[in-house]
Amino acid sequence: MIPATFTYRRAESADHAVVLVGEHGDEAKLLAGGHSLLPLMKLRLAVPEVVVDIGRVRELSFIRDLGDQVAIGALTRHHDLENSALLARELPLLAHAAGQVGDPQVRHRGTIGGSLAHGDPASDLPAVVLALEATLVARGPNGTREIAAADFYRGLFETALEPDELLTEVRVPKPAGAGWSFQKFTKRAIDWAIVGVAAQGDKVALVNMGPTPLRATAVERALADGASVEDAAQRAAEGTEPPADLNAGPAFREHLARVLVRRALEESRA
Amino acid sequence: MKVTITVNGEQIQDDVEDRTLLVHFLRDGANLTATNIGCDTTSCGACTVLLDGESVKSCTVLAAQADGAEVTTVEGLAGPDGELHPMQRAFQAEHGLQCGFCTPGMVMAAVSLLKENPHPTEQQVRVGLEGNLCRCTGYHNIVRAVLAAAAEEEGA
Ligand SMILES: Cc1cc2nc3c(=O)[nH]c(=O)nc-3n(C[C@H](O)[C@H](O)[C@H](O)COP(=O)(O)OP(=O)(O)OC[C@H]3O[C@@H](n4cnc5c(N)ncnc54)[C@H](O)[C@@H]3O)c2cc1C
Ligand code: FES
Ligand code: FES
Repeated sequence: MIPATFTYRRAESADHAVVLVGEHGDEAKLLAGGHSLLPLMKLRLAVPEVVVDIGRVRELSFIRDLGDQVAIGALTRHHDLENSALLARELPLLAHAAGQVGDPQVRHRGTIGGSLAHGDPASDLPAVVLALEATLVARGPNGTREIAAADFYRGLFETALEPDELLTEVRVPKPAGAGWSFQKFTKRAIDWAIVGVAAQGDKVALVNMGPTPLRATAVERALADGASVEDAAQRAAEGTEPPADLNAGPAFREHLARVLVRRALEESRA
Repeated sequence: MKVTITVNGEQIQDDVEDRTLLVHFLRDGANLTATNIGCDTTSCGACTVLLDGESVKSCTVLAAQADGAEVTTVEGLAGPDGELHPMQRAFQAEHGLQCGFCTPGMVMAAVSLLKENPHPTEQQVRVGLEGNLCRCTGYHNIVRAVLAAAAEEEGA
């Protein structure tokens, strides 16, 4: 299958991308790695009139040590996250989770910015940046603004980004030595998580347990109140709205969340 | 739009629709039909080629995104004298194929895998080829072929 016709525009810089999407408004879609957008376009589930390719905007591909935080450019690919020595040292949860996304071919193309901006609750990295309490940096016609990861996800495939805004960077505070774990339950190797859990210290976030990625707040509160891992994990499904699909219904997902949160907490504390 | 891609060492220019996928540029534009299309969902890996040396699914890359880049397809692996690439020889020797539909993509994914990890364990080969589906072999001989190619390249 091939996408419906569209006009291809290539952005030469981040500012140029903002200008190009500004010119075309709702009709335009940014294209980063294309590994969420192009499959949707091939199935004609997305039919943009204009595609603005930001894939060559080199200035947005970086991983930088800023002292107490790490800055990651939106165009940094999963493959680069997975193989970064800086991330392996400072943010092993992010490096490891990036290595669990799709397959090697997907990771050679897909980017962190595309993963976060797409807003798919089944994606891995949104839950990871929630657990890491990252800040997202967006650029639009009126300049730059920062959005806390906790405020970024608004609904199914819906984020705080305006249509003419570009995600440029993710800033992640370095966790103070706390253990971490990433649990991803799939039926087949390359599938998205049926349920996933990202844990950094006592911060726990869930993949595919509602219309957005979300923090397991009941678990976090129980841990703060001194509950055992076993007891805290029992509360993993509280406040979630797990979807039903071919792979699992809500009850099975709730069960998975409890089991995977327990495993994640056991691993991160080991 | 005009797109120029160096395919297997040869510069190919074509005037294509903006929506043209790299796999169609290769098959219809460059007449290199070894690269197969096996699905509509970026799942099967039959279309895998190297883009600037790394494996990608060419059904999910626009030709425009590859403009100016270098692409290697399975047709570009053999030497100028027709001598097979070690990976191709290993697939032949270890019976790493039956119908052959997945093979061009499987071989390119395997070449990319060994580039990044020249001495993989069996488990690393299995995980490294998770983006490529084979409906015939049950994978065992494919894994054996990749390990044999790794051993041969080490010996060479
Ligand atoms: C076979 C397959 C398996 C996969 N498995 C997984 C998996 O297991 N886990 C997982 O998490 N993901 C998975 N993915 C998705 C993959 O991680 C995508 O690469 C990622 O979701 C999107 O990144 P991209 O760079 O390809 O974005 P694109 O597809 O280019 O863009 C996605 C969306 O984000 C917007 N966008 C992109 N960049 C920006 C930006 N900088 N600012 C604002 N908006 C932007 C685009 O307009 C578009 O709407 C899989 C994909 C495939 C094809
Ligand atoms: S044709 Fe199946 S992944 Fe490209
Ligand atoms: S040999 Fe037939 S699909 Fe792999």
